[in-house]
Amino acid sequence: MTGSATVPDTDSTSKDSVQELSQEQLSQEQLQRRSVLRFFGAAALGCGAAAAAATAVSSQAATAIDKPEIPGYDWNQHHWGYGIDATRCIGCLRCVEACKIENNVQRDAHHFRTWVERYVYLEGEERPHIDSQADPVNIAASGSEKEYRFANRYKDAKVDKAFFVPKMCNHCTHPACVQVCPVGATYKTEDGVVLIDHKMCIGCQYCVQACPYGARFFDDRLQATNKCTWCYHRITKGLLPACVEVCPVSARVFGDLKDKQSPISKFLRDNRTHVLRPESGNAPNCYYVGIDKEVS
Amino acid sequence: MEPIAEIASYVGYVYPNETVIPWTVMIVIYPYLTGLVAGAFTMSSLYQVFGMERFKPVAHLSLLTSLCCMLIVPLPLLLHLGHPERAANPMITPHTTSAFAVFGYMASFYLILLVLENWFVFRPYIIQQAQQRKGVMGLFFRVLTLGSYDLSAKAMAADKKWIMALAITGIPGAHGLHGYVGFVFGSLKSREWWSSDLMPPIFLFSAIISGIALLVVIYVISCRLRKVPVDMDCLKGMSYALWGFMMFALLLEGVEFASLMYRAREGIEIIKEYVSGPLIVPFWTMQIGIGSVIPLLLLTFMAWRGTRGTALYNGLVLSAMLVLFSVLMMRWNVVIGGQEIAKTGKGLLTYHAEVIGRESLLTSAILLVAPFVLLWGAVRLFPPWVETEVHAPEHA
Repeated sequence: MTGSATVPDTDSTSKDSVQELSQEQLSQEQLQRRSVLRFFGAAALGCGAAAAAATAVSSQAATAIDKPEIPGYDWNQHHWGYGIDATRCIGCLRCVEACKIENNVQRDAHHFRTWVERYVYLEGEERPHIDSQADPVNIAASGSEKEYRFANRYKDAKVDKAFFVPKMCNHCTHPACVQVCPVGATYKTEDGVVLIDHKMCIGCQYCVQACPYGARFFDDRLQATNKCTWCYHRITKGLLPACVEVCPVSARVFGDLKDKQSPISKFLRDNRTHVLRPESGNAPNCYYVGIDKEVS
Repeated sequence: MEPIAEIASYVGYVYPNETVIPWTVMIVIYPYLTGLVAGAFTMSSLYQVFGMERFKPVAHLSLLTSLCCMLIVPLPLLLHLGHPERAANPMITPHTTSAFAVFGYMASFYLILLVLENWFVFRPYIIQQAQQRKGVMGLFFRVLTLGSYDLSAKAMAADKKWIMALAITGIPGAHGLHGYVGFVFGSLKSREWWSSDLMPPIFLFSAIISGIALLVVIYVISCRLRKVPVDMDCLKGMSYALWGFMMFALLLEGVEFASLMYRAREGIEIIKEYVSGPLIVPFWTMQIGIGSVIPLLLLTFMAWRGTRGTALYNGLVLSAMLVLFSVLMMRWNVVIGGQEIAKTGKGLLTYHAEVIGRESLLTSAILLVAPFVLLWGAVRLFPPWVETEVHAPEHA
């Protein structure tokens, strides 16, 4: 595995303390827990009753507004970053599948929180052939929009150079999507993640237009915009984003930039990295190794 | 899962999420209607503020037209929003860095201004009707008087001052509203087709020409229906105004297009491919050729030859209708065009509009007709014609 985020494991420590709590405290905590669930949606269900105990502690420390109540998690303690080593990616698309399942993304060819692009330079050609798993030829190869595979479409061609590039929301430091949102439904957290509050989103899709990376999409089930959250419900519990978790070749690297020993800090120390579309001024936070000038 | 109605077909490479076009034909109709609002208001200002007497026959008509269009403006937006029930939130909990957030305030301010100006303009008529009519309509007009039946010279002078003040405020109001629409597009750096400082003035001038053209058509139709002669002096004035503002509109658009091509930043290859392929019909033929060049040549010819009478009437009405079509196509080519050029800079999409549905061509047609249905009713309640104008009694 590529490494783990450094949030303390609250589940094991808080189990004992639950037993010591009075009934009154429990009901109060259940209320607080409900607000946590509302905030992060159904994905927070897995945190279990034990997590409720820690809610009381963290909520006291929490500021009156904005700061989410997450057991044992303080967003001021972290700053997340994401690295992608394109030289390692084998285009297996487990990340895409894991993301779709983990985040309950529409299982069709038009809604992705993360996707993988394939760049193929054929002999004698200047420009690469580019496709993603959403390409009709690749869907035909997998047999379904719900399954992801790169078709072996260049097997009879002479390939000069080829590589895969995983893509996703860049959780920019100056996100254009956040700038344009008329109600502030999409926002930048203190720990460096761009999130969307679906209860606030009016569904105007201005943010979809503003994102230069095509990372946002309209979720017709929510009638609101949706996108990658770096699996915020996981990383705030000390887990890795689903795509990083399943990557068999460690092409995806995630961690806390505030921790100098984290995988992402090491990744940035050891490599000379690129970001996508730096000229946009968005200051993206997905750092790439091994991409080519045609990648944008 | 619900099927997605509008999946765009594409060539080249586009991001997977781009295959659903975010802004549909509703967002084409919205700036078109806002433009008609601003343009019609400009027409009324020429008389109300700048005292151009020749435009008196259309002064009140253009105010009513502007109001009727403004009442429909929110509808395409509401139909587009995923959560229309949250439509007031940009005003209740605005995010101040968003260009969109200001719209609610500007639109509300302008709507109030329009209602007030219309009320002052039609106040003598409202009072007259309140005194003459009985029954429900009598009650309607009595309520509208707001309890004031004062038509004295002093009151009328005060009204005139109000009208002047509102008309002056309305000029930056209406134009700010539409300039802002241009800013919504021009300020987005993610799309080369939109990202231009010239977008606000381009939207503004195209709005003005669409408003003038609309007034030409409505005025002529209204004269026909009422079987009264058209005021040719007014029509001639409108042809000059249309010609003059068209020069600005076309020049700005030309400069914008030229600098886009000349700057030739990243992705210019795909823009060239788009301009020389899919845009041949909607842009070059419909918007530029039929909608702009023909009316401009026609108007120039008529001004040069001093055309009068039936020839001027026919030429101007034809030009006006073509300009209205051209501006609609301009909105289409900006809004849809921008989204058909993929953000990857390596592919082109094709938007397939729904024929029937919430954000469909049918809905668009209804929305485009709706202001004129409203106007049809409004001119019956508040006749904006010169000959039905109520003057304050001399002795009062």
